[in-house]
Amino acid sequence: MGYPHKSHPKETPVLSKHFGDASSRSLEVWKSRGGYKALQQALHMEPTAIVDIVKASGLRGRGGAGFPTGLKWSFMKQGDGKQHYLCCNADESEPGTFKDREIMRWTPHALIEGCAIGAYAIGATKAYIYIRGEFTEPIKVMEAALAEARAAGIIGKNAMGSGKEIEVWVHKGAGAYICGEETALMNSLEGKRGNPRIKPPFPAVSGLFGMPTTINNVETLAAVPHILNNGGEWYKAMSLSNPKSTGSKLYSVCGNVAKPGNYEVVMGFSFKEFLYDLCGGPPAGRKFKALIPGGSSVPTITIEEAEAIKMDYEGFVEQGTMLGSGGVIIFDDAQSMPVQLARIARFYAHESCAQCTQCREGTAWMTKILERIVAGQGTFEDLDTIFDLSEQMTGKTICVLSDSCGAPVVSGITKFRSEFEALIKGRRSSTVAMAGGR
Amino acid sequence: MMKDESRKMVNLTIEGRAVSVPEGTMILEAAKVAGVLVPHYCYHPGLPVAGVCRMCLVEVEKAPKLAPSCATAVGEGQVVHVYSEKALEARKGVLEMLLINHPLDCPICDQAGECELQDYTFQEGRADSRYQEPKRFNPVEDFGGDVLYVTNRCILCTRCVRFMEDVHEDAVLCVSERGDRAVISRAPDADLVQPWAANVIDLCPVGALVSKDFLNKARAWELDRTASVCTGCSQGCNSVLETRDNVIVRTKPRSNEAVNHFYLCDEGRLDYRWMNRPDRMEVPKVQLGGALSPVDWEIAYAAAAKAMKGKRAYVVASPGLSNEALFLLKRIMKATNGEGAFRCETGPEAPLPGVKDLSLRADRAPNVNGAELLGYKRRDTDPLAGLKEGDVLVLADDTLSGVDIAAAKKASAIIVIGTTLPVGLPTPVAVFPIANVAEEEGTFTNLRGRVQRYLQAKAAPGLARPSWYALADLATAVGAPSDDCSLPSAVFSKMAASEPAFAGLSYDLIGLRGATVVGAAAGAA
Repeated sequence: MGYPHKSHPKETPVLSKHFGDASSRSLEVWKSRGGYKALQQALHMEPTAIVDIVKASGLRGRGGAGFPTGLKWSFMKQGDGKQHYLCCNADESEPGTFKDREIMRWTPHALIEGCAIGAYAIGATKAYIYIRGEFTEPIKVMEAALAEARAAGIIGKNAMGSGKEIEVWVHKGAGAYICGEETALMNSLEGKRGNPRIKPPFPAVSGLFGMPTTINNVETLAAVPHILNNGGEWYKAMSLSNPKSTGSKLYSVCGNVAKPGNYEVVMGFSFKEFLYDLCGGPPAGRKFKALIPGGSSVPTITIEEAEAIKMDYEGFVEQGTMLGSGGVIIFDDAQSMPVQLARIARFYAHESCAQCTQCREGTAWMTKILERIVAGQGTFEDLDTIFDLSEQMTGKTICVLSDSCGAPVVSGITKFRSEFEALIKGRRSSTVAMAGGR
Repeated sequence: MMKDESRKMVNLTIEGRAVSVPEGTMILEAAKVAGVLVPHYCYHPGLPVAGVCRMCLVEVEKAPKLAPSCATAVGEGQVVHVYSEKALEARKGVLEMLLINHPLDCPICDQAGECELQDYTFQEGRADSRYQEPKRFNPVEDFGGDVLYVTNRCILCTRCVRFMEDVHEDAVLCVSERGDRAVISRAPDADLVQPWAANVIDLCPVGALVSKDFLNKARAWELDRTASVCTGCSQGCNSVLETRDNVIVRTKPRSNEAVNHFYLCDEGRLDYRWMNRPDRMEVPKVQLGGALSPVDWEIAYAAAAKAMKGKRAYVVASPGLSNEALFLLKRIMKATNGEGAFRCETGPEAPLPGVKDLSLRADRAPNVNGAELLGYKRRDTDPLAGLKEGDVLVLADDTLSGVDIAAAKKASAIIVIGTTLPVGLPTPVAVFPIANVAEEEGTFTNLRGRVQRYLQAKAAPGLARPSWYALADLATAVGAPSDDCSLPSAVFSKMAASEPAFAGLSYDLIGLRGATVVGAAAGAA
């Protein structure tokens, strides 16, 4: 549902059905609504059978990369005698994204059940839910729900009386964006500095504590119980873009929009309808100008491009951007794109883990140039330098943080070049304060 | 080269050259085999791979992206281009970014001339910078020990962090902060005083970690470098003596997988000043009217031979003398039916945990093993215990400091071969000034039986002669066999011929990496 707004009839609330209903946090209520039925069933299935159902559902990772979940699970070699781990990525640090927060806030048991099923399916007895430290309320809710589930014997040494061990813990992050990157998350879980690791080895071979590990997003895991309850075909059929993108997807909408919030629609939904119907269009008297539709890491698009989008993994790519995490950031015609993009670049410069040269130096350099342009001290050569920097920062580093800094900026300059040129030509005095402000 | 049968060989082409390397080798190492050095900063063969500087990016055909060659394993049939346009462009980008906040203070930087940032920028970098913003500034920090951290020059390759964590196993360094604010920091109140900590200075590819001992002392291009062996203990770490104007100004490790890998302990590293001592014996002297008078070498030899005639020579030799010198002293012992002893200073051991069999050893002298193999008796507390009434006491580079010298009165005469004159002893009949380790050629035998050569780094003062030279002539004068001992290599071959432990060895065989004596434990360093 369009939490905190009323559910829109065009929404398909699967994960968000109980958003806003605090009673669904309790185990008793959750069970009465069909909670833990899927886990009960799963614990008496072969793990490979669960993987097959998830494969059949076409579920793809909801954290941003969109990797097929069933395929990822099948990389875990069963019976290799090693300790397997499941990590749930609840770091949700991508700017503009707040869907996992609501899942954990309102339906903690949905996530616990998803984690337990996922852990069982990949042969893991231990699962960690890594929650970003700023999520104080979701952490409290999750911890309370875990305690309840543990006390009820749903997780533990003998999960739901099946004789199988599944332990789930919550781990708090310490406030670094980069800890949402899977290998940095594992380093952080291990108590080390949250630096991304070089791949290979991939987590399925050597992940947490050097053991085979699978890492999934909150939304991905929360969808798993529904898939087991209703079958893979049901999940597939829900989508308008079957078979490549399936199921429903939560979008967090923020920025200059009448009704910001979380919305759940099926794959293949029209973005135009989404923006104007569900989200209520622009604020009164304004017009939409630009969007960053998948969290701040993806390329910026114009509203014209956005209106043509079919909301699935492929549809966003067709218009030169990405579905990403589903964090839709909207700018209206009152916004200065140079200011907004400088602000985004500054975020990445601040959050770079400082390992790779291009990222450590490049993000900061790009930010300084953008801030200088905003201050009216830019030159046309600066724009060329930014394009070249972005080229140097893309595809050359351990993780994609530096790519993520370049993507929205370069696409933003390409599409809104006149705004940058106006600032450069105007040569405003440097005393004009940045509209974005420090 | 022996092939390791347990590992499959992989064939690939690097810059058009076919190479075959064991499976699992990284492209960067394979390129070395092909004779191509891929520019790099964070990679170091002695440290775990970090893959962070992104300088070693190369183009691998059919790969979607450029590959960090330090962290990409070789694959069968791979075609690698190190100098392709794409790879060069990427490395140029890295170099430009490494320099945007770098102070470019090469004129006052100790690293200048031996700086990889300079070298690769000259080789592949841009001539100018597009950076117009103010540079980041951080103050210089004293890391304790011999290490100074010049923060602004740091490129955050993390070699120092990984050395302390994974090799020294005392993780006192870390990266603090994020983004371009990141710097190397110490754990609270942890000075870099660990016994091997100063190796971070050598590991640093730029001028960020510099030696306080060497600070502003010399420019790298003014230095002459000589292969040597550290005299600090019986480990026998391979070293380089760096001299300017006949003065040693710095000691650095010389890599040798079999002994010290890439490292040198702080004690060994900073223990070179004595080699520059100016108060040396410079001319041979003989006793004339109760006092020492300078004479010609031949006269001194004759005086020594006269004093030794019909007497037993009791030799107290320093375990800091070369195998060659000890061998020639042994000839003197043999010719006079005498005996030899040595003493060795000891101290606490200080192993480098991450490297097998590498330690600052308790025996603080380089040739204890050589002395023992040549039959000298170890007498740490009382080196004169074997001295008999009427013996001629031959002091070879041991001044008997700290020893109760009353026993020396038993000697009928004293002969001194050394760099300084002993204090408090009866006047010797003859003294022979010799070169110290930095001024001559020779070999030491380390505690694992590895015989290693050291070369001459500077000139000896006055008329001082290399120890093998002075002792060969002295041995002949007292009646030892007179054969060709005109070069240290010739002395060594005489030793190899007559001493079973050294059988089969020669200077050519030892080279600059050493070779082990007969009976040394296989596999030990």
